[in-house]
Amino acid sequence: MAGLRSAEALRKNGFDGELVVVGAEPHMPYNRPPLSKEVLASEVEHGRVAFPLRASMGEVDWRLGAPAVSLDLPGSQVGIADGSSVTYDGLVIATGLRPRRLSLPGPPPGAASGRHVLRTLEDAALLREDLWPGQRVVVLGAGFIGCEVAATARTLGCEVACVAIDAYPMVRPLGDALGAEMQRRHEEQGVTFHLGVGVEECTGDDRVTGVVLTDGQALAADVVVEAISSYCNTEWLESTDLDRTDGLLCDSVLRVTREDGQPVDGVHAVGDLARFPNPLFDDVPRRVEHWNIPTETGKRVGPALASYLRGDGYQPVLDTAWTPMPAFWSDQYDIRLQSYGMPGLADGDGIRVLEGELTGEVAVGYFRGDVLVGVVGLGMLPRINSYRALIGHPLPPDHVTGE
Amino acid sequence: MKVVVDMDKCQDHGQCAFAAPEVFEINADSGKLVVLTDEPDESLRDKVEEAADVCPVQAITIEG
Repeated sequence: MAGLRSAEALRKNGFDGELVVVGAEPHMPYNRPPLSKEVLASEVEHGRVAFPLRASMGEVDWRLGAPAVSLDLPGSQVGIADGSSVTYDGLVIATGLRPRRLSLPGPPPGAASGRHVLRTLEDAALLREDLWPGQRVVVLGAGFIGCEVAATARTLGCEVACVAIDAYPMVRPLGDALGAEMQRRHEEQGVTFHLGVGVEECTGDDRVTGVVLTDGQALAADVVVEAISSYCNTEWLESTDLDRTDGLLCDSVLRVTREDGQPVDGVHAVGDLARFPNPLFDDVPRRVEHWNIPTETGKRVGPALASYLRGDGYQPVLDTAWTPMPAFWSDQYDIRLQSYGMPGLADGDGIRVLEGELTGEVAVGYFRGDVLVGVVGLGMLPRINSYRALIGHPLPPDHVTGE
Repeated sequence: MKVVVDMDKCQDHGQCAFAAPEVFEINADSGKLVVLTDEPDESLRDKVEEAADVCPVQAITIEG
């Protein structure tokens, strides 16, 4: 997605040279959020989730099905797993994340043993084949993907247990109160939670039969879904001196940065692995795994790299402010959760209900000092959208939207 | 330029209304998407493209 958006933005900003997109997956770019929902619930083909291609993408050389495996920064060359290589004048790195696999005793990870992950269309298709009424599903991890999988599996009639080291589901972005409320709603639907515990082992030989938790409890399972966290796909950059501490450190035009702090002209990072400053909040570079960030970063790189390749340098784009508003949503059962900003930046005591009731439709504000840094709505549509413009500003305690 | 919204796909996320308020509106009462004009002026192309890009379900296509 971030690669596609970057390519579109390069064309839109006048770059008419050769454009090559290298991708590990065999598919043209597609939208991932449906993978934990619609694509699990029923058979969905790639065409249903593929991004529509603009006419400007006609002149693009798509090299799909083999990942980039090396970068020669001084030689401006990318090596690809099929043995070929591409020399570049400008490079956009959009290699994204992959799910973390737990190293556990027991049957080997993989769909064949019933130990699934969910990142790609293939992952979703394999998991779907394992979900039917009565199947005992254990979801490891209670982040958004884990909770969405739990909700979908429950809707399909599976018996679902969710295991996480955290105190509440989705607690890191949402905080205790909303996390606890989401737990209550999942429990109401029949999901069982085991929180504050880890996983010791999977049981079974070729096929998983259960998991043993760190507190000694054993859960029977026909299917295990590992939704613990992700790793950045940056290993292929190991021979470079790029700063690879948590993704790729970038400046405000998303140029990657060397370990000595110097940005690299002509080389950019976008999407989940770009760690960039956002003056909407502060000057701390952060990775943001929200749905709209691949689009926002791609649209920033387009004009910046096009300007550099034209010989006009970066200054014209560096001079323009860039304050992308992070946004994501999650559908679980009939609950639409919508977030703007960075709720995870809130002070420990900076979370309060802005309107509505936690047990019903609610808008929750996340504050750092008196500045609103994020909002999350459960339902509350379309009113939750009216808070978006307030993020990054102080909000008086008695504020009511629309006034 | 013609704007087509696939209403079978649309889930009223309302992101298009931030990108191109001249063209898309979420009705405050019903919460439903209203397309204000399906043939917006060419000067709005950037905004309408942005609206299509930020649609979580890719319900918006631009013809011409």
